[in-house]
Amino acid sequence: MKRKAIYVPYPQAVPLKYVIDKESCIYFEKGKCRACEKFCPTGAVNFEDTEQRMVLQVGSVILAPGFRAFDPSRYETYQDLQLPNVITSLEFERILSPTGPYAGHLKRPSDGKEPNKIAWLQCVGSRDINRCDHGYCSSVCCMYAVKEAVIAKEHRKGDLDCAIFFMDMRTYGKDFEIYYNDARDKSGVRFIRSRAHMIHPEAGGDGLLLKYANEKGEFIEESFDMVVLSVGMETSPDIIQLAEKFGVDLSEGQFCKTDPFNPVSTSREGIYVCGAFQGPKDIPQSVMEASAAACGAGVDLQDARGTETKSKEIPEEKDISEAEPRIGVFVCNCGTNIGGVVDVPSVADYVSTLPGVVYVEQNLFTCAQDTQDRMKDLIKEHDLNRVVVAACSPRTHEPLFQETLQACGLNKYLFEMANIRNQNSWVHSDDPASATDKAKDLVRMAAARASLLRPLKAKRIPINKRALVVGGGVAGMTAALGLADQGFEVVIVEKEPQLGGLSRQLTHTIEGGRIQEHLRDLMERVSAHEMIQVLTESLIVDFSGFKGNFTTEVLVGPGMYERKIDHGVVVLATGANEYRPREYLYGEDKRVLTQIDLDKRLEEKGADDLRRVVMIQCVGSRNEENVNCSRICCQNAIKNALHIKALNPETEVYILYRDIRTYGRLEYAYREARRQGVHFFRFDAEEPPQVTSDEQGLAVTFRDQVLQKDLRIGVDVLVLSAGMRAADTDELASILKLARNPDGYLMEAHVKLRPVDMASEGVYVCGTAHGPKLISESISQAMAAASRAATFLSQSEITLSVVTASVDQEHCASCLVCVRVCPYGVPRINKDGVSEIDEALCRGCGICAAECPAKVIQLNWYEDDQVMSKVEALLEGIL
Amino acid sequence: MRLQYPSTIKIICLPCTGRVDVIHILKAFEKGADGVYVAGCMEGACQFNSGNLRARKRVEKVQEILEKIGVGGERVQMYNLSSSEAPRFVEIAMEMTEKITALGPNPIKVAMKKVAA
Repeated sequence: MKRKAIYVPYPQAVPLKYVIDKESCIYFEKGKCRACEKFCPTGAVNFEDTEQRMVLQVGSVILAPGFRAFDPSRYETYQDLQLPNVITSLEFERILSPTGPYAGHLKRPSDGKEPNKIAWLQCVGSRDINRCDHGYCSSVCCMYAVKEAVIAKEHRKGDLDCAIFFMDMRTYGKDFEIYYNDARDKSGVRFIRSRAHMIHPEAGGDGLLLKYANEKGEFIEESFDMVVLSVGMETSPDIIQLAEKFGVDLSEGQFCKTDPFNPVSTSREGIYVCGAFQGPKDIPQSVMEASAAACGAGVDLQDARGTETKSKEIPEEKDISEAEPRIGVFVCNCGTNIGGVVDVPSVADYVSTLPGVVYVEQNLFTCAQDTQDRMKDLIKEHDLNRVVVAACSPRTHEPLFQETLQACGLNKYLFEMANIRNQNSWVHSDDPASATDKAKDLVRMAAARASLLRPLKAKRIPINKRALVVGGGVAGMTAALGLADQGFEVVIVEKEPQLGGLSRQLTHTIEGGRIQEHLRDLMERVSAHEMIQVLTESLIVDFSGFKGNFTTEVLVGPGMYERKIDHGVVVLATGANEYRPREYLYGEDKRVLTQIDLDKRLEEKGADDLRRVVMIQCVGSRNEENVNCSRICCQNAIKNALHIKALNPETEVYILYRDIRTYGRLEYAYREARRQGVHFFRFDAEEPPQVTSDEQGLAVTFRDQVLQKDLRIGVDVLVLSAGMRAADTDELASILKLARNPDGYLMEAHVKLRPVDMASEGVYVCGTAHGPKLISESISQAMAAASRAATFLSQSEITLSVVTASVDQEHCASCLVCVRVCPYGVPRINKDGVSEIDEALCRGCGICAAECPAKVIQLNWYEDDQVMSKVEALLEGIL
Repeated sequence: MRLQYPSTIKIICLPCTGRVDVIHILKAFEKGADGVYVAGCMEGACQFNSGNLRARKRVEKVQEILEKIGVGGERVQMYNLSSSEAPRFVEIAMEMTEKITALGPNPIKVAMKKVAA
């Protein structure tokens, strides 16, 4: 699979522009060609461009240099370089992509045939100190392999056999276990717990042979059409050099060194880190850390905030109310995207005949900077008071053109776009004649609506700069400090008599971080902070308002007195608890403990009296009642196992597990535990360990998968890795109208792109309230929530949306239909007895406008005449 | 994804199908449209809670009216899909086109042509 010397690295590249690979370019190598320069229609290619050195004075640095995929050619037995159908997972992503080498068709590289069987080999370049020095787990490969298999199967509509060869299936993230279960049970992806040592080309065929041993010890040989190597993440040498230049320390595995209580701070003050360079992680984690790093920088730069910002000068709007519509239409070719299918000149000719249109022009790229500049001149020159752009999607480009209108003193709602690309040339490319006719229809419709558009003024309202943080645990306090340190007032509402949440029961992180010390530090900083007010033993009883202007009623303290708090944002940090097991004799036999119980026990009594300890993983998780993984139990068990060994190396420790999910750098602890002689035994969900308690004592019976025999072990203490369960937020969720997932965790606006925002603006979530996570991850997310909240609160005013409904009160009959149909309870009958809609609360759906029997409600920008004009313009001349 | 669908389909976009009024749909048929469909979010997942449910009621009302006046209620339909389901969008476009082609041109159009002739 080759590419040209001039190329776009991938469709998501920013900037999405072509770049010349000097080493493959004929001009740079031999002094000839420069064809690209000749053909470029805008003259963008500049062979004389040189490197420039700049000196920047900054107050803070954030390192986000990322990772590179591991090069599997080191695994000679996989023959990645020699066998064309052995590819990396990244190459497979490109094959599946519609912008990839096969335009999204699933083909194998050797002969272009559709594969019938694909195998994934996990842990290539991860959890391996033999062929590479990468003892860590790359955290993402299990999930991406499952995803690739599921999507590949969807492509081939089920006639594809996908097999994933793995050691542990690490689907530990929020809702990931459901995805894994569905992949296995619904999509039929095969999961084979085994590693194949080599890939043989099949003798006399195109297949690839994998020989592997299953858990029963049987040797199986299977032939596949393609083998995908799930390559891990690593830090590239130039990033290691970069780290040196910045003077930041690296940790084992060549990732940036951070500590669990300061997950985005590097070893050098003022320099922050986020993303894969901090440690292998997925997108949601990376996005959270990015916002967390911004919080760190934001706190440092607090005093300088706003000193270097520039504000845009917007000219005053001209009054066009008396004028007839004078519409300017710009028809875009979009390179060849539109022009290659639609006869743009004929569309432009047609458009000039439309009523109200006084100016038409064609552009190669209407969105290009030079076109925008010309547009401003043309608007003034031809005294245009409406603009129509016939091009691509308003979803991406409307704001750009609206800004241009504003810059000319035109209200930005006097603008209309006709999508003659995504909704025309791209989807009717095999019928250029029809596509041209349709383009004419679409522009006629847009021009008709444009002449009926009226200027709209967005209301600007001040916002309250105070933040309300619900929950005073580690996440809540961290978020509060993140905001207070940036100069915002914060009120923490905590339902317990003391701060700290679940962390009060914890002692150490797996890295050895002392949790109680950190907790004390947090509590001291919070109580001493002049910007933070703490209300303990307090409950939220009422909530109203909208982003920037919320009012929350709290019943405070043991006295239960009422207090109304006005604030601009809410940060939810309501936490989670350890599941109280009902299985394995917990509560019946005193020797059965949870991990938190064990932690306390070791602190109080040590481990000298413990001869044998068995731990059972996944208690209360990954089952019918609680489908998802609780994420923290594997590392927690290993942490406690290592603690026991440290106290008493003679103690036998057994961990009975289903998968060991020590992702990222937690893998080092797993290896250390094995090295110290902790015994690990796997069990299937269908065959859990059995626990008995009789005169002989407490015993655990489990199956040894290697010997295929049951073992019965007498224990001094049985420890259950009881998972996490979301805190009870039923009442809070109904008062604040919060979305929660089926497990009871708060639901973020978007899993990847907005992991700390809730769906309603001004509401944020962090910590275990969002989902099970480590303390370091809670701290990251809390800082991220503070960062997002601070961004909102930094505005002096917020602009309300213009797309709101309004009532012509003179003609309102008070029928109450609008009051009843609004999903948000916004229309109110006012003291004059007519319906009134608060534009700050209106969400702009238009339901009331459509339901009003007297037609006295109109939705701004989607008024009846504006909507109907499109219908009428489209069907002009049909009858 | 650039999946192809018939060019006889023209899209008018609104913030929510809850904004679609009975009169908008009737006006389209009055002016000679052969078919109209309303595409909204999946039920239970309306971005504005219940707009798509109200839209469905209105579409049913229009079906009743069109049936009574002899235009044919089948010419207007309500579909629910998620905004990320491109293949489903195309499937609906094809289904609707097939249905309307089988039903033939809008009877109002046919009648007006006769009158003009």
